[in-house]
Amino acid sequence: MLFKVFPGNELETLYDILAGHHLVGPQLRGTDLNGQELFAFDYIHSFTELRLDFTSTVHSLKSFILPPRETLSSFTLTNGDWEKHVDLGIYKPHVFFGLHPCDINGLNKLDKVLTGPVYPDPFYTGKRKNMFIIGVNCSPQPWCFCKSMGTDTVLSGFDMFLTDLGDRYFVEIQSAIAYDILTELPIVDPTEADHRRFVELMDERNSKFTCQVDNSDLTKILDLEFQSPVWQEWGKKCMSCGSCASVCPTCYCYGVKEFVDLDLTNATKQRQLYSCNLIDFAMVAGGHNFRPDSASRLKYRYYHKHRGFQEAYEEALCVGCGRCGQACLAGITVPDVIDSVRRQEVPK
Amino acid sequence: MEKTRTYLGVEIKRPRTAFFELSSCEGCQLQILNKEASLFAFLDLLDIVNFREAMSNGSNDYEIAFVEGSVTRADEEERLLKIRKQAKTLVALGSCACFGGVNQLKNRFNDLEWVKKEVYGDFPIETQKVRPLSDFVTVDLSIYGCPIKKEEVEEIVTNLVLGKSIDHPRYPVCMECTANGNICLFKLGEPCLGPVTRAGCDAWCPNNRVGCWGCRGPADEANFDQLQEIMDSHNIPRQAMLDRLECFGGFSSAIKNMSE
Ligand code: SF4
Ligand code: SF4
Ligand code: SF4
Ligand code: SF4
Ligand code: SF4
Repeated sequence: MLFKVFPGNELETLYDILAGHHLVGPQLRGTDLNGQELFAFDYIHSFTELRLDFTSTVHSLKSFILPPRETLSSFTLTNGDWEKHVDLGIYKPHVFFGLHPCDINGLNKLDKVLTGPVYPDPFYTGKRKNMFIIGVNCSPQPWCFCKSMGTDTVLSGFDMFLTDLGDRYFVEIQSAIAYDILTELPIVDPTEADHRRFVELMDERNSKFTCQVDNSDLTKILDLEFQSPVWQEWGKKCMSCGSCASVCPTCYCYGVKEFVDLDLTNATKQRQLYSCNLIDFAMVAGGHNFRPDSASRLKYRYYHKHRGFQEAYEEALCVGCGRCGQACLAGITVPDVIDSVRRQEVPK
Repeated sequence: MEKTRTYLGVEIKRPRTAFFELSSCEGCQLQILNKEASLFAFLDLLDIVNFREAMSNGSNDYEIAFVEGSVTRADEEERLLKIRKQAKTLVALGSCACFGGVNQLKNRFNDLEWVKKEVYGDFPIETQKVRPLSDFVTVDLSIYGCPIKKEEVEEIVTNLVLGKSIDHPRYPVCMECTANGNICLFKLGEPCLGPVTRAGCDAWCPNNRVGCWGCRGPADEANFDQLQEIMDSHNIPRQAMLDRLECFGGFSSAIKNMSE
């Protein structure tokens, strides 16, 4: 990896160079009851909208790569016959300015499933290949447990990665395009002092993690505790609302539905992102529901993320961003659930 | 106008269709006539033979009947039974028809005579307890909402005409709300019935920063105990939650079961 440093006030130059593209970044959406700022990824139209000091976003950036609704194909129906059209919709390269390590790791996990090798998804892959990503270091929030998931740092899946050293940015360069762009800025090699400052800052960041999960032997423990009564307890709380999957950067399940236009001459096939907590997630033709109760649905959410995926890819399908727990009105969080399985006790 | 069309080479009949209203604000029927851009295509799917709000000289020879409104009078009950006899498919149109709707709020009062006096003063009319269509007849299809959402009606009617199955979302509004990228209203201190209400409106109210009032009734799984806990933990008074749950009638059996 190549490391460079540029002066803090040159960040705007970097923004200006990229501003001609569809540029998505963190911006302020409002404040909650307690005065806590709430952020969202959205299109940025001026440098001042870009808030690289954001805590974390309420929703992940999934809507830009795996939209909640997407047309997979459309059909023209004429003379008793039909013609199919597929539009991958990849006309607009996107710049993502300001992704935290967890979110870049989230993309890397999605890639494993959606870009192949078994069933590559051309809609996702098309968008993914047309992304320019600028990562940025974060300050851990009380709900972040990425450190436990090994996703607090990121080694690939971005073009450049910024760390604010105070008056300078320390930048890790991963792609030739990123390097070319940076040559328009007064970049210099980092000094020994810059190295020290970077390590200091990372130590400081590390000391700020307050939330963690004990993942050791988790796949085995999940196997052992398949029938555990704790699942029933969590099931009683769960509202089967799907908010957790909606906000999750790594959930990718979807359903496909056909729509016929009112004039009966056109039709579309659309996918809709779904959640394994929704009541009919495992309902099949004929009406049988393999997971009719909220407890088994919630359980399988954890089994997919922390057991099935772990077995298939040797990593969990969770980056510890904590969004699901923040979004869950029933207060169901990953650390609490995993803890309860280990200790066989659900917090009141 | 030609009476048939084709879909993938199969002849599709335009079904003879009638619209009726019982006790209602007629807002759902007005929704049927809304959305001008696709209104002609919509009307073209059906052979509408009776629709008081939109045409004169209605006929009583129809296959599909859309019935808006709730039953609050004996003569409405009679009309409804007659419609049921004629219609092959009877559709409950909107929350009044499905659950009693806003009208059923009067059922909260024990003394209906007093209610009548408050509303009509010295000009009383004959009214009874408000009840949904399903209390009197078999309802083949329900279209929820107060008012109904025209986009959803278009989809349902297209599937109805094509003979496809019609499946309402079984999950709650929260799924649509979060899919739309909204920030949850509870975070902003506002109550919302999204977690227990059937989706399908695309989170109409939360999209506009208004908490859901549950006009579409309960989702297939609705966890009221947890809803109560959420309201409590957000310091939302029990009465405020009940006001919402009671508003459109969809939750009446749930309220009965709710612990005090
Ligand atoms: S865990 Fe929470 S957010 Fe997820 S479905 Fe259950 S109640 Fe909804
Ligand atoms: S499961 Fe929760 S903590 Fe894990 S990646 Fe998804 S939203 Fe983040
Ligand atoms: S099965 Fe559930 S947890 Fe796994 S990706 Fe699908 S929605 Fe997410
Ligand atoms: S605003 Fe309402 S519908 Fe939206 S997530 Fe919150 S509770 Fe659910
Ligand atoms: S958000 Fe709730 S009250 Fe509003 S239209 Fe939808 S179901 Fe009705």
